[in-house]
Amino acid sequence: MTTRLLAAAAPRPEKTAVLTYNFAYLDEQTKRMIRRTLLKAVAVPGCQIPFASREMPLPYGWGTGGIQVTAAVIGRDDTLKVIDQGADDTTNAVAIRAFFRRTAGIRTTEATAEATVIQTRHRIPETPLTNRQIIVYQVPIPEPLRWLEARETETRRLHALAEYGIMHVRLYEDIVAHGHIATTYNYPVLVNHRYLMSPSPIPKFDNPKLHRSPALQLFGAGREQRIYAVPPYTDVKSLDFDDHPFAIEPWERGCDICGATDSYLDEIITDDRGSRIYACSDTDYCRRRVAAQDAENAGAGQ
Amino acid sequence: MNPAPPTPHDHPRSTPAPGPILGAEGITRTYDGIIACRNISLDVWPGEVVAIVGESGSGKSTLLHCLAARQEPSAGTVRFRPEKAEPVDIHALPEAARRRLMRREWGIVHQNPRDGLRLYVTAGANIGEPLMALGERRYGSIRAQAYHWLEQVEIDTQRIDDLPLTFSGGMQQRLQIARVLATRPRLVYMDEPTGGLDVSVQARLLDLIRRLAAELDIAVLLVTHDLGVARLLAHRLIVMRRGEIVEQGLTDQVLDDPHHPYTQLLVSSVIQV
Amino acid sequence: MGTPVIEVKNLTKQFVLHTQHGAVIRVFENLNLTVDAGECVVLTGPSGTGKSTLLRALYANYKPVSGEIIVRHEGEPIDIAAADYRLMLAIRRRTIGYVSQFLRVIPRVKTIDLVAEPLLALEHDPEDARRRAAGLLLRLNIGANLWELPPATFSGGEQQRVNLARGFIHPYPVLLLDEPTASLDAGNRATVIDLIREARDRGAAIVGIFHDQEVRDLVADRLIHLQPVEKVM
Repeated sequence: MTTRLLAAAAPRPEKTAVLTYNFAYLDEQTKRMIRRTLLKAVAVPGCQIPFASREMPLPYGWGTGGIQVTAAVIGRDDTLKVIDQGADDTTNAVAIRAFFRRTAGIRTTEATAEATVIQTRHRIPETPLTNRQIIVYQVPIPEPLRWLEARETETRRLHALAEYGIMHVRLYEDIVAHGHIATTYNYPVLVNHRYLMSPSPIPKFDNPKLHRSPALQLFGAGREQRIYAVPPYTDVKSLDFDDHPFAIEPWERGCDICGATDSYLDEIITDDRGSRIYACSDTDYCRRRVAAQDAENAGAGQ
Repeated sequence: MNPAPPTPHDHPRSTPAPGPILGAEGITRTYDGIIACRNISLDVWPGEVVAIVGESGSGKSTLLHCLAARQEPSAGTVRFRPEKAEPVDIHALPEAARRRLMRREWGIVHQNPRDGLRLYVTAGANIGEPLMALGERRYGSIRAQAYHWLEQVEIDTQRIDDLPLTFSGGMQQRLQIARVLATRPRLVYMDEPTGGLDVSVQARLLDLIRRLAAELDIAVLLVTHDLGVARLLAHRLIVMRRGEIVEQGLTDQVLDDPHHPYTQLLVSSVIQV
Repeated sequence: MGTPVIEVKNLTKQFVLHTQHGAVIRVFENLNLTVDAGECVVLTGPSGTGKSTLLRALYANYKPVSGEIIVRHEGEPIDIAAADYRLMLAIRRRTIGYVSQFLRVIPRVKTIDLVAEPLLALEHDPEDARRRAAGLLLRLNIGANLWELPPATFSGGEQQRVNLARGFIHPYPVLLLDEPTASLDAGNRATVIDLIREARDRGAAIVGIFHDQEVRDLVADRLIHLQPVEKVM
């Protein structure tokens, strides 16, 4: 993974004539600055590292942090996948893929297995990631303690001293109000037994995928100017109580399209009368399963 | 000359103690050259209630904050003796160690309960938070302890899931005390704990503090300008004026036979009921 | 008999009133007094001669200007005029009891607990302490219906009897009594006289002030007449 970062960091001649921008939009100095930040972030898993976030040609909240991290790590040989809420075909995902095709001339894909860099908002793909991949999360609010402590000076001290008691207050309040830990997304985790980290607004369904993932996981918060990372094979523990252990929500049904019972489902309203279907939020995963079933059916039919 | 009769009060437990739990030497604190307290030395022994009295501006709150490690003194040392350990100079400790000590060994009850509570999380969570900070990870146990301490401070346990925001001032103050006591500290600092409360609520709170201090055998260092509060709660009295200790001794001795002109003025200024 | 429990040597007490331009009130000078175990000494003299002041000095409530107050505490002679506060608290807990005319206690505490408290401070068994408190209260005609109430609303006489019960529940080797019978009726006064005599018979050294001539005659082994200080000199 470090090799990857260093490889990306190696200067390359800008040859592609069609580009009016520097490779991957950001200038080389900025990319170096971000890479230095990334190295620090990898060295101290889960610790938020400040960086000089740049103005990007898209609004805050649309992934300015993620896009800068992607720009800093992506190389000419990389294949980029971008998902938003698991889907490859939403405006934001389409626009960011187009952005990098145009500014870096790199290949893009919708297939999880084919991608070497995956930028994501709100999901981790269902297809298991590999040690050849980097996943870049777009993060709106990087500070997990923010809801209880508004002062940055104080939250930094709490991180420095690993005083995380107040996070359990939040879980306690959940159990009081709902009888169980009802936090369903952005569920706080402890990284490498040390730093409390916000996993970005992924559903807690995805939290187990953070744990000991073979892929390098990078988190970028543009507006808040913070970068943090989880190196491959790092322990990531979701906070819980001994008598209310962390658990992901079970689905009472499968995907209406592909029948998957192991994937995260979206509820989709289909008409004005409130009819709805449930479908995999990971569109690539769903499509692949349907294709496989079709092939199987076709094989069985012959 | 008709001084009030001596008060029989509670006494610290007679079990022999190995030494003071808190020892301050030569504490001086200045703000931009203005001296808030000067060269203060004092001891607090396990199980005793010590009151620091004096008018506002006499430096007693500053002293309290220096002793409780919430402020660093400009000069002097504060030694605290943790349970089963040698005394440590708390201001010389690394911050992490100092904060660990603060969480476990002593607590502070602020005059304004809003300074010591989280108003937007439930009463139960307010009591549970310091426990969770010490590593308690069983919801059921936190819950049980929250019930226990609410009972101890006489708050209806049905209010456990209500926000302190909805509590009266007296209830908030009692909740703050519950939160401080939940970790069973060995020393509790109190900064005007009954200030701003109705007289009837004050009496209830005084009784509560006295009872809990005796039952739990904790040392209390109390800052107050109310001599009545000091007389009912404290074994010992320290009188401060303009940042210095002018007189100290057994509470009834200082109040009934004050020697320093300032103490005499204080005592004679109290409105007798 | 014959063992001195209290020895007052050359005791001088004066008050300096800084709020009144440093006026000095001389109460007594070079006062000497010895009280043996099993002896009841009654202080007499016109008002203003320092009877109460002496009693309070014996309790370390007042700080003498000079002189010694030697009290036997757990077999050791201790000068309470010089004792440090922690030792003094231990002496008050174990050795010296003080009963005044007035009850001043924290509001809201139940009568029975107030009376039992001196024993609890000595880590006495709580059940037994309350039982003994109940016995004393009954003797002093405080009915069981009042035990669970705080004494704030009691009559003056009732409050004084609660105070007496507090003072007599632990067998203090030294008892200081400041007008303990002042507002009691004849029946209760007789009970208090019995309590004092019992304390003396078990060997307590008692110093008291009683304006009531009859009580004084019934309990006093010896009278000490205090003179106004000018006449002494």
